[in-house]
Amino acid sequence: MTPQPLWLLAELTYRCPLQCPYCSNPLEFAGARFRNELGTEDWCRVFREAKALGVLQLGLSGGEPLLRADLERLVAAAHEVGLYTSLITSAYRLTKDRLAALRRSGLDHVQISIQAADEELSNYIAGTASYGDKLAAYRWTKELGFPLTVNVVLHRKNLHQVRDLIGLAESLGAERIELANTQFYGWAFHNRDALMPTRAQLEEGWRVVQEERGRLGTRLEIVWVLPDYHEQFPKPCMGGWARSYMTVTPAGEVWPCHAAGRITTLKFANVREHSLEWIWHHSDAFTKFRGDAWMPEPCRSCPRKTVDFGGCRCQAFLIAGDAGVTDPVCSLSPHRHLVDDAVAEVERTAAAEAGEWVYRAAPNSRALAAKG
Amino acid sequence: MTSPAPDASTVRVAPKARLQWDEVRQRHVLLYPEGLVALNETGADILALCDGTRTVAGIVTSLQQRYGVEGVQQDVTGFLEALAAKGLILFEGG
Ligand code: SF4
Ligand code: SF4
Repeated sequence: MTPQPLWLLAELTYRCPLQCPYCSNPLEFAGARFRNELGTEDWCRVFREAKALGVLQLGLSGGEPLLRADLERLVAAAHEVGLYTSLITSAYRLTKDRLAALRRSGLDHVQISIQAADEELSNYIAGTASYGDKLAAYRWTKELGFPLTVNVVLHRKNLHQVRDLIGLAESLGAERIELANTQFYGWAFHNRDALMPTRAQLEEGWRVVQEERGRLGTRLEIVWVLPDYHEQFPKPCMGGWARSYMTVTPAGEVWPCHAAGRITTLKFANVREHSLEWIWHHSDAFTKFRGDAWMPEPCRSCPRKTVDFGGCRCQAFLIAGDAGVTDPVCSLSPHRHLVDDAVAEVERTAAAEAGEWVYRAAPNSRALAAKG
Repeated sequence: MTSPAPDASTVRVAPKARLQWDEVRQRHVLLYPEGLVALNETGADILALCDGTRTVAGIVTSLQQRYGVEGVQQDVTGFLEALAAKGLILFEGG
């Protein structure tokens, strides 16, 4: 029996005032494929269809979802059908009035990113002066009674701040802090050499997390998203391909994960032409890697295949050039040497701070797309 | 670690969590930021009683009357303490 989805990530727009070099959005986000954004009615229909399919959790994301003038209406529509709604935002130029309006519309949870613990580094990483807006928005989020998640993407330039970041979340009264080690898709893959931390940095970060968990107990949930290049086995991507999760992109394409659009060998259906139900059950992108019939060796005969589902298809495509092979991060993969090489290169050059990143910005997106 | 449920305090579902009927899967769920707990009928009944007016003892009494059974104290306490450890229910006063 086909599983029923639980999670839907609605990427409402790829416009964003920030320029984080690790953004998981597609490199070609500024191109024609993503520009023709769905209207209010389209999204409301998507939410209704998602709920009827079994979805319970809705993430409203982007780009920057606050740039949608109809965000309050979208939240209200999602709330009305009974979805638990999370706003995933940079909080840039957010006002307390707007946050209060979102609360009245039925928004359940607010997740606000921050790029570092101090203003200078945070603004530098974001490529936009945004730290002050974020701190104000954190306070309003709590004042208005929302549960608050602080989200930080970790990489070479901010991993030394793990303790300060946890301290910041604690002082804000946040329920959760997500310390997400960079996953190398989209812009992060392009900027991999500039972002990848050293093994020593990761070990220290993980040590601090364990210490802080002991100190804080249940007062603050500290989520540590594993840096999979440095692990022995891949992460169970999205709990298995097309098992519980889907992403709807700004122009209506539906992907089994938020990085899947990069896989050129898959065909993606659009909510403008098909119902979400048809897409979930029948579209090429969702059926191709569902279950385990597609698996090659070494996954096919591996006892871990029910644990990690062969790892991430997007990573297999990005690193090995074939979405249908074992995740190259797996130590049993014949492509693991490609990952080891990338890690070794960072160990070799990190001391010299080699590698600058390219900011996620529309002109850079167009330039990269032109290069092909 | 789980904190023991204090006898005199009242219990309520935390503001960040929402008890809801899942029509597709025909069961109750407790939804919260980035997660959910699937509930069986008893679990849903217990949570419906966590409305901020009852103590754990009060909830136990209600359930025993409803089901006509004895000795559910330990199960109820264990269930509530596990949820409290995730911040999904709150013990107040007492
Ligand atoms: S990661 Fe940064 S640039 Fe990408 S959408 Fe989020 S806030 Fe914008
Ligand atoms: S061989 Fe495949 S199933 Fe086994 S651990 Fe590696 S990725 Fe997972």
